[in-house]
Amino acid sequence: MIGHAERAARFAADDARAHWHDQALWWVRAKRDKAASAVPDWERLRGLASAIKAHTQSRLADYLEEFERNATAAGARVHWARDAEEHNAIVHRILADRGATRLVKSKSMLTEECHLNPYLEARGIEVVDTDLGERIVQLAHEPPSHIVLPAIHRKKEEIGELFHHKLGTAAGLSDPKVLTEAARGHLRERFMRAQAGLTGVNFAVAETGHVVVCTNEGNADMGTSLPPIHIACMGVEKLVPRLADLAVFLRLLARSATGQPTTTYTTHFLGPLRGGELHIVVVDNGRSRLLADETFRRALHCIRCGACMNTCPVFRRSGGYSYAYTIPGPIGSVLAPSVDPRAHASLPFASSLCGSCDDVCPVRIPLHDQLLARRRDAARAGLLSSGKRLGMRLAGMVLRSGFLYLLASRLGKLLGRALPRRILYGRWNVWGRQRELPPLPRESFRDLYRQHRSERRG
Amino acid sequence: MKVALFIPCYVDQLYPHVGMATVRVLEKLGVEIVYPEEQTCCGQPMANAGFADDAAPLARKFLEVFGRFEHVVCPSGSCTSMVRNHYDPYLAGAPGFEALKQGTFELCEFITDVLKVARIPGRYPLKVGLHQSCHGLRELRLGSASELLVPRYSKVASLLSSLEGIELVPLARPDECCGFGGTFAVAEEAVSCMMGRDRIADHVKAGAEVVTGTDVSCLMHMDGLARRAGERVRFRHVAEILAEAMA
Repeated sequence: MIGHAERAARFAADDARAHWHDQALWWVRAKRDKAASAVPDWERLRGLASAIKAHTQSRLADYLEEFERNATAAGARVHWARDAEEHNAIVHRILADRGATRLVKSKSMLTEECHLNPYLEARGIEVVDTDLGERIVQLAHEPPSHIVLPAIHRKKEEIGELFHHKLGTAAGLSDPKVLTEAARGHLRERFMRAQAGLTGVNFAVAETGHVVVCTNEGNADMGTSLPPIHIACMGVEKLVPRLADLAVFLRLLARSATGQPTTTYTTHFLGPLRGGELHIVVVDNGRSRLLADETFRRALHCIRCGACMNTCPVFRRSGGYSYAYTIPGPIGSVLAPSVDPRAHASLPFASSLCGSCDDVCPVRIPLHDQLLARRRDAARAGLLSSGKRLGMRLAGMVLRSGFLYLLASRLGKLLGRALPRRILYGRWNVWGRQRELPPLPRESFRDLYRQHRSERRG
Repeated sequence: MKVALFIPCYVDQLYPHVGMATVRVLEKLGVEIVYPEEQTCCGQPMANAGFADDAAPLARKFLEVFGRFEHVVCPSGSCTSMVRNHYDPYLAGAPGFEALKQGTFELCEFITDVLKVARIPGRYPLKVGLHQSCHGLRELRLGSASELLVPRYSKVASLLSSLEGIELVPLARPDECCGFGGTFAVAEEAVSCMMGRDRIADHVKAGAEVVTGTDVSCLMHMDGLARRAGERVRFRHVAEILAEAMA
């Protein structure tokens, strides 16, 4: 089965593109560093955010009920979905019951996770993603490659080409400003004809019953103020108890995501527009299972800022698609195996375990430890190759026994020196494809140390 | 003071002179050394690849070999971190384990934190790039990671910069991973090598003549790439630099 390593190698094979991708995301990481350093007590803020998440999750059912009560009192309708299928069916029913066939959507990773677009399109509903990056990948018939920067894998020249074919812009355009204007004109038309707008939810507040949507383009606001129906889809983990808690997360989110002090638009939705409808679809889809898992529970803290992707040296050089999961990068590699451990068995290994993701995470998810735990689970479930398993067994045996260790050391050195380069660097030697092997010294440390001891005594 | 020397398996086999440099540095600083010959490997390769059940007996063996010493010193941040941060699932509750965890040190942190030596007498008149190996940096906190908004420090850099004539060169990405990552270096060869080349390029661009670090594994990976590419930059473990400077 093809795993992350093979897909990553394909991306990295285009050295110039991989380095361009690396530089683009490193630039975002540097912006994040600068923005975070402008906040006094940033580290305390991260600790606080993590504590609020842990507390909320410790009594999630109570807070969800409180949220439903308050949202309903404000005139919203709250729907509950156990899984992706129920979520999609609920959204479709809301639209179908009202005869709506034209939907504009703002960015939502949850609907990506549930594969809502193809579900609705198969049922005769026109779905238009209105976030610029999302629109680009939608026109290209691709999923997003990054949760905050969905089209970060595409160069502006390629977007010009795409727009030329799909939107009829002039050939050869690559000026981002001109392309953005073209997309804006095209989208405005879609906003005007839309019968319903759908958004994700960045935060939901139990105390007030309102949901918060953070965007940089104002597209969510267009999509929720023009058509009369607003459907907001959220995972159960988006909840915070009080309005005061929201402040903690709003300070962390944009700074961690893009290095902005705050998103350009932070819109609070309490109840529907006058004469309109607000539907809030609350989705579990495996989250309560994750919550029940002591080892991986903290992965539910994630506020989807994407900072772990931007800082991950592996993600930057392997691209979002190499993960083959809706949420890529370190957090995706922790989440994906809880959905399907077999299909995503290679993801926990798509990391050098450098730990940079842990230190950048605004809600302090111990990502690299969780990746390590996922590796352990994959090994215990027998999901790793038998060659690897045998190799590790053998190495363990040799290293446990002083005699075998010494024997292997002598044999290895003998062979290493006796073999011609052609064989030493044969196809079997993955290390040696791009790297020289380390030198093979005649004596081991223990040999040298014995000599040193006897000299000192002598 | 008496310490037990923990020489990781690959240092024993491939980089014995790094082990000897560690011995010379410690002896120069007046430390008495014991080297238990029964030691082999801490089990990190198995644990990191997911094979916890194969790592467990090695962890138990490690406790058997080193449990009787007050201080254990190791010229590897990563292997030290294995003992301090990743042995719990194998050894929690075992007699002597807590003391072993607290008494196991990476060489530089042992010098600064236990011996309380801030200045190393010696001279090393070269331009040096410090590769801050990830496990030493983010698991042992030998320095402040660039992601954290905390006061900046580096135990390794301050030891090195106490040497006469040395110049630590400034890097564009001060603590990005070199891509070694244990089995990652083989399992994800393409990305691993790209990461390594990028690290080398950063050091070379900054004018480093020598690249150093607390882990030979990272240096072995970068050295292998650099030699294949015909780069002139050399790779030396921090113990080698200290030993050479003090000689």
